Amino acid sequence: MPGATFRIWRGDAAGGAFADYSTEVTEGMVVLDAVLRIQAAQAGDLAVRWNCKAGRCGSCSAEVNGRPRLMCMTRLSELPLEQPVTVEPMRAFPRIKDLACDVGWNYEVKKRIRPFKPRPPDAPDGTWRMAQADVERVQEFRKCIECFLCQDVCHVLREHAKHQEFIGPRYFVQVAALEMHPLDAEDRLAELGQTQGIGFCNITKCCTRVCPENITITDNAIIPLKERWIDRHYDPIRRFLGWLRLKGGAGSGP
Amino acid sequence: MAEVQTHEHDVLIIGAGGAGLRAAIAASAAKVSVGLVCKSLLGKAHTVMAEGGIAAALANVDERDSWGVHFADTMRGGQYLNDWRMAEFHAKEAPACVRELEAWGALFDRTQDGRILQRNFGGHRYPRLAHVGDRTGLEMIRTLQDYGIHQGIDVHMERTVIALFTDADRIAGALAYDRERGFFHLFRAKAVVLATGGIGRAYRITSNSWEYTGDGLALAYEAGAELMDMEFVQFHPTGMVWPPSVQGILVTEGVRGEGGVLLNKNGRRFMFDDIPENYRAQTADNEEEGWRYTQGDRNARRPPDLLTRDHVARCIVREIKEGRGSPHGGVYLDIAWIRKRIPDAEERIKKKLPSMYHQFKQLADIDITREPMEVGPTTHYMMGGIRVDPETQMSTVPGLFAAGECAAGLHGANRLGGNSLSDLLVFGKRAGDFAARFARERTLGPLAADRIDAGVRRALEPFQPAAPEAEGPYAVQEELQAMMQDLVGIVRHEEEMRRAQEAIGKLKERAARVRVAGNRHFNPGWHTALDLPSLLTVSEAITRSALERQESRGAHFREDHPSKDPEAGRFNLIVRQDGAGSMRVERRPIPEMRPDLKKIVEENG
Repeated sequence: MPGATFRIWRGDAAGGAFADYSTEVTEGMVVLDAVLRIQAAQAGDLAVRWNCKAGRCGSCSAEVNGRPRLMCMTRLSELPLEQPVTVEPMRAFPRIKDLACDVGWNYEVKKRIRPFKPRPPDAPDGTWRMAQADVERVQEFRKCIECFLCQDVCHVLREHAKHQEFIGPRYFVQVAALEMHPLDAEDRLAELGQTQGIGFCNITKCCTRVCPENITITDNAIIPLKERWIDRHYDPIRRFLGWLRLKGGAGSGP
Repeated sequence: MAEVQTHEHDVLIIGAGGAGLRAAIAASAAKVSVGLVCKSLLGKAHTVMAEGGIAAALANVDERDSWGVHFADTMRGGQYLNDWRMAEFHAKEAPACVRELEAWGALFDRTQDGRILQRNFGGHRYPRLAHVGDRTGLEMIRTLQDYGIHQGIDVHMERTVIALFTDADRIAGALAYDRERGFFHLFRAKAVVLATGGIGRAYRITSNSWEYTGDGLALAYEAGAELMDMEFVQFHPTGMVWPPSVQGILVTEGVRGEGGVLLNKNGRRFMFDDIPENYRAQTADNEEEGWRYTQGDRNARRPPDLLTRDHVARCIVREIKEGRGSPHGGVYLDIAWIRKRIPDAEERIKKKLPSMYHQFKQLADIDITREPMEVGPTTHYMMGGIRVDPETQMSTVPGLFAAGECAAGLHGANRLGGNSLSDLLVFGKRAGDFAARFARERTLGPLAADRIDAGVRRALEPFQPAAPEAEGPYAVQEELQAMMQDLVGIVRHEEEMRRAQEAIGKLKERAARVRVAGNRHFNPGWHTALDLPSLLTVSEAITRSALERQESRGAHFREDHPSKDPEAGRFNLIVRQDGAGSMRVERRPIPEMRPDLKKIVEENG
């Protein structure tokens, strides 16, 4: 049986190094198979997160040969096996141990997003009516499996560490899903620029390229949000009208 | 006393899949403090893998549907071993639970007039499954998660509960370790809800992830609760079989709901060869009628490919055993054939089954719009579990509740597809409601320090210096899985199960000697070692129950007792610990069904 070498990062928050492991390669294998095989036979304490093994839960995110990937969906047949396959944790988040990193920041960011608030029901029985076409636009965003690969690749987080001022592509996708939800009646535009930092995104589309769910993050989520936000805050006609209202003062009445 | 961090909650919920999240939301709506513990990160539980949909008699697509028909379908599917009271609650309350998800932001596929669309599924008389393509579980868990995180629930992620504590006659708390640092945590609680899901990791071929080691069942059993229906393990007929690394991964029944057909290597629709008597009247006897059913013809009967999962799985095993299987030991599941019937087939397959398209394309190099898939049975779901009160979901231990897959009762001998997601919602809510009510009427119970110390000591044993014949945890786990797969699988025989019983005894001894490398810091070897006792308890309960049920019914098939025994249809099997700590299996008569429900069953014959 042919073999391959996996150069896996071992260590913790204090530091670490790559270690080489060899394992046999069988038909159809994915990187996660190799990692779990190494764990079972050679490195029992190798830390790695995984669940569904089918690209559905977004647990096994890592950087394979330097690219953010789901290990369970990365076939060995698409990698050059004559050289070691490097596997390391996502770089945009603090390391915990080996391939597991601390993604807790994402869960905190999520809590800050204003939740869904539906309009009053359309029918007397308390239900709503929505057209499939309107639903589909948002369903694209709701495919997100929260693997955080888009957060990992985004240079605003990865290189500039703007975790305090910028919520990252994953959460622009969530805001877009809420803002474009046919039933939603909440307004989230003010925070977008102020605390969520949408202005930091300069549309390099790295997030779209790494999304394992093929969500068109930049074009379908971020750009429309930017447009809405700019319309609200920088539209010259609106500004002029706002100025007029201000000038009119309290006496002009409604 | 060992070093443990203490947390206090009125209600502690263990497990954060659909049932756990729904229970947490219900309990926190009742204004009690709620802690939610889960083994993985939030939103990653197996619910995420559910594909087909949520069964609920909304009657949006076919107005003939009603809770009564759903009830009758569920009972027939479960071969009347179901707790009929649970089946009644489930059928009546599922529609409101689905609408509630919509009110929390879920976006289901729509009918022409803008209501929730419903699809056909095995064993359901009318199109009943509310769905989002083939990723309904993701929609459900994300909706519950995004709603739940704003309800003041304390979430403790990546913590595994290893013991429950009782005080005199009721639950008092739980001991857990956190995966990241290996620290111990004591949760004091007035009520505990178990929502730990399934047991799939007891088998080699499974659709379940590493998490599903039957923790909740083992914890409840150790705490003195009764388990029930443990012989009924659902082998989903269609798991992937090739390549080896993806073996067991689920292929949704939705493929057949959308017109996909099962074929043997000769291209024969073998499901027409064996239609069980109790389904004959409502099953199509020709391919044409079956096709019309999948395309929404209300006067057509459903094709035999959509018979209940237990039956379809056995038919597939038969084809494989008799040499009519596919090259990699499965059969064919073909959706590509619908190209011959409809012009936009490729579009439609990609739209209705996007995850399946993606999964096969990426993992098996198969384009399902052009080629058939190879599929075979995979361990998928545990019908049995913790015996609960149908109304409150409380186990036989006061204050200990259970909901979802780890609870028994709703599904009887076989679960219908789609009835799991609705189960999670209906009984997750009930468990949360009643756990909160229980907690409000009580104070925290005391916890004996020595028992906590003992729990911690036991958990740290794998780090002790190696005993003679010590081995790693992975080898023991793999051997158990292979053994259960071979000896207590889809087709069972007394002689094989006796061997399994013996093997479990030996594996228990080996598990006690397991040693792990490294330290407590995020150490999967250690975690695997601590999962072994639960897996062994569950495997023993399955094996003993399967030996005791000397007939074939639902998911339980005995080669040595191949027919159904009407007498055996009158009892459930109960598993509990006796005074000496040994496992006991006993028969418990099923209460007579209420006359009004009986009438509904008869009317829907």
